[in-house]
Amino acid sequence: MIGNGILKGLTETARNFFGSYVSKDRLTTVQYPEQKIPQIEASRNFPFLVYDGADWDAGMRCVACQICEKECPPKCIFIEKSKDKKPDAVGKAQFYPARFDIDISVCMSCQICVEVCPFDAIKMDVEFDLPTDNRFSGLLLDRHKLAKSNDYYHQIHPTEASAVDAALAEERAKTAAKAAAAPPVAAAAAKPAAPATAATATSAAPQPAAASTPKPAEGDAK
Amino acid sequence: MSTLTLPTPLTTSPEPGHEERLLEVSMGPQHPSTHGVFRMNVVLDGERVVRLKPVFGYLHRNHEKIAENETYLGSMPYTDRLDYICSLTNNWGYALAVEQLAGITVPERAEYLRVITAELTRLLNHACLLGFLLQDMGASGTPLMYAFREREKILDLFEALTGARMMCNYMRFGGCRVDTPAGWLDQARKVVADFPKFLDEFEKLLVSNEILMERTQGVGVLSRELAIASAISGPMARASGLNYDIRKVDNYGIYSRFSFRVPLGSHGDVYDRYMIRFLEMRESLKILNEALRDIPAGPIIDPKSKPRGFRPKPGEHYGRIEAPKGELGFYLISDGSPNPYRYRVRPPSLINLTVLEDLCLGHNVADVVVILGSVDIVLGEVDR
Amino acid sequence: MIALMNSGAFSAENLDQIFVLAKHALLARTPGMLQPLASAIISIVPLMIVFPLLFAITTILERKGLGRMQNRYGPNRVGPFGLLQPAADGIKALIKEDVVPAAADQLVHFFAPVVFVAAAFLGYSVLPIGRNMVLVNLNAGVLFFFAVGSVVELSVFMAGWSSRSKYSLLGAMRAIAQMISYEVPLVLAAVPAIMAAGSLSTVDIVEAQAGYTGIFPHWFLFTPWGIVGFGLFLIAATAESNRSPFDLPEGESEIIAGYFIEYSGFKFALFFLAEYLGMFATSALGITLFLGGWSAPLSFLSFIPSWIWFFTKLLALIFFFIWIRGTLPRLRMDQLMGFAWKFILPMALLNVFVTGLWRFLPAGPLNSIRWAVCAAVLAAPCIVLSQSLKQKKKLLLRTYHFAE
Repeated sequence: MIGNGILKGLTETARNFFGSYVSKDRLTTVQYPEQKIPQIEASRNFPFLVYDGADWDAGMRCVACQICEKECPPKCIFIEKSKDKKPDAVGKAQFYPARFDIDISVCMSCQICVEVCPFDAIKMDVEFDLPTDNRFSGLLLDRHKLAKSNDYYHQIHPTEASAVDAALAEERAKTAAKAAAAPPVAAAAAKPAAPATAATATSAAPQPAAASTPKPAEGDAK
Repeated sequence: MSTLTLPTPLTTSPEPGHEERLLEVSMGPQHPSTHGVFRMNVVLDGERVVRLKPVFGYLHRNHEKIAENETYLGSMPYTDRLDYICSLTNNWGYALAVEQLAGITVPERAEYLRVITAELTRLLNHACLLGFLLQDMGASGTPLMYAFREREKILDLFEALTGARMMCNYMRFGGCRVDTPAGWLDQARKVVADFPKFLDEFEKLLVSNEILMERTQGVGVLSRELAIASAISGPMARASGLNYDIRKVDNYGIYSRFSFRVPLGSHGDVYDRYMIRFLEMRESLKILNEALRDIPAGPIIDPKSKPRGFRPKPGEHYGRIEAPKGELGFYLISDGSPNPYRYRVRPPSLINLTVLEDLCLGHNVADVVVILGSVDIVLGEVDR
Repeated sequence: MIALMNSGAFSAENLDQIFVLAKHALLARTPGMLQPLASAIISIVPLMIVFPLLFAITTILERKGLGRMQNRYGPNRVGPFGLLQPAADGIKALIKEDVVPAAADQLVHFFAPVVFVAAAFLGYSVLPIGRNMVLVNLNAGVLFFFAVGSVVELSVFMAGWSSRSKYSLLGAMRAIAQMISYEVPLVLAAVPAIMAAGSLSTVDIVEAQAGYTGIFPHWFLFTPWGIVGFGLFLIAATAESNRSPFDLPEGESEIIAGYFIEYSGFKFALFFLAEYLGMFATSALGITLFLGGWSAPLSFLSFIPSWIWFFTKLLALIFFFIWIRGTLPRLRMDQLMGFAWKFILPMALLNVFVTGLWRFLPAGPLNSIRWAVCAAVLAAPCIVLSQSLKQKKKLLLRTYHFAE
């Protein structure tokens, strides 16, 4: 009889209409921004640089090896190496990035930079609410804007962060063991290294003071 | 093989003054139903189509040229963006081509994960297509919303596994990038168990709907001979009666372990294409049930592979998979350097589009939209 | 206060006639010479306020209703539960730039929406909204309604033609073909009600249905020819108002708004308004012809005012239209016209015949003889026609085989 299939369709729609008042299954909208979907742990959006401890500049794990710059498919990372060295996350003296910019209008969130980084220095953030009113400088995140603490990393990706911390602790133990296992060589090398590290420490000291002025800018850029 | 007769487009006017009666309409590139920036120059006689010329290229992004300057791994995120609603099958096609070129083997668990994600992607794509086909026919979004409601569940699964909903970048040469997080397999089993309910609802809503049948049966008929001659692949070919499913023909991956059937249509019209995709979804659910049950523990990537410094030995290879839209192939020429010498994508959407004129001749303008919807194109793939 | 309530001032009858009484009170205060003019204005102005208000409510109801059918909320940001959304839409339509194509025929382009709205409003003049509440009691009311309704087709063509655009031309052609095809079944579906009431006046038709046997009303819907007639009327009304599944002239996914593709801003809002007004007017006529107009469905419910019943029935029909829109895909042009000429028209003609049969057959207990005969005479050709329609196009559910 004509109209049979149409009637079946009508009952289906009516079921959805009345069901939407009764069951959650039939009304799947989440009213953003009042309600938010809880973050799925693995999700990724744009990269950020991890730093250990309280000082974002001194604690940054990145050693400016420029591997992520080379491997990035759309070439959105711009790194300039520093001239001096500072101790990295496991204690070895390494270069650090004087300039580390990511252009998030080019970045395609592919996560290859994270995969190839040997130092667990760059990880994926989950922030997507990043509107800005300046389409050039607002979307070019510099080193300061990219730096986020290890505690933040634990908040957004707890499993990953714990694994990274365990690996780094192991590395640190190995480096410390190596340093302790060769005391005479280390003592002789530590003497010229100590003034060097003292020099970097003093040169690092004015940096947080200089960095404190960009901090308010970071606040309203967010 | 029988002789192939194609319907002839009107190239010269049959009678004086007839040309003036013809109306040339450009449907697109901005159009609600052309599935992207796609343009069709349609010449109409009243409401009937007498000529149709597809114009594409509005989304050309130099994918193949960019690949020549990128490493092999660097091209992987770009393959996500080819057929942007089925990123995981694109990834697999590329990974398969490179692995076959370089002779890399893939561990068991990774193969199972690949099959699971590929079949989930097939479910996604077909649900999306059914929703859009009905939206184009004017069902004002209701079936589309139901289909997308199911899609959301699968996209959540992808986000938990790969980190992103659509641009997954998950396959690597030798396996997968990351293993499943805790509870993912159970979540996937739940989604697969809930899916048949949606299919039954959809069936009730639309399969016996008279209006749908009237609009799709007998419309856009693709004969078997024309399908073979034009290299049509995927559900479109199977709806015309062509028994060609690359999962069965090539037996790539571990598909030989799963028992699934290949549905075939007999008329080759829009209704058949729609129903074939519907039945394929049911077959995919069978594969998923088996794979989720049998997935072993183990490594997910070949231990010898490393993310940097990949240089396959010189040679060429064409690797292909059964993507939800058809045969997705990657042709690679390697000259021993980290970048491919030539990288070519065989896009199923583009090859399936070449017969659009033959399908649409003699039909109404309203049918053109429906026929285009049944070909299932994504402009990212057509234009690359 | 209690005395007022006891005095019968708030009786059901007064509530029912409240608008009539208000009009008389106002008229009593105007000078004698101006009374005819004042009477016309006092009757017209509420009509021109209430139905556009109903239009505003319908737009929000439609969007929220469709949303719920699609498992989502409708608009819910503007005002509580999104109820101020029509205000936002109205403001948007008014402040948008009015873009007129340079090649368009300016005068016709301007007047098309005006003609559309005017024709839509004219139909309301013969609809009885409550007891004693009809603007003009013409003794050929139904004929007037259909005559005015045809002007709508003219304005649609004016819009499509004057825009000088290929899409709008396509849309206009389709719209004309569709509206003309469904005009005949619409009128034929209304004829049985006219036959049963014996008059073309809408007031008389409602009066013929306003009686009760026991508690059941005399609505024409509760007869076999009434059911079929109402069904056909609804289908034809959906087609006349270009609603889904007959909205091919404004086939959104193909020719994007068809005949009013070149209209923007306020003119677009006028088209939208006029289309919905037409839908309300045709539904209201359907209510008048088959659903007993303003009469209550059960006799003990007559204490509820008649105009409330009218609007309740109108809202029920509106909800039905929204429901249909949310479910069905649209028909193609040739299928639409084939359906009209090969199914609806023969059924409407048969329905007229059956109405006559009903009148001259003996009643029997509970009208059973009449029901049996008329139902059989209607059902058999219906089934045969629908089978033949399906067979000709070979529309069958197919079975699929699998490869080995």
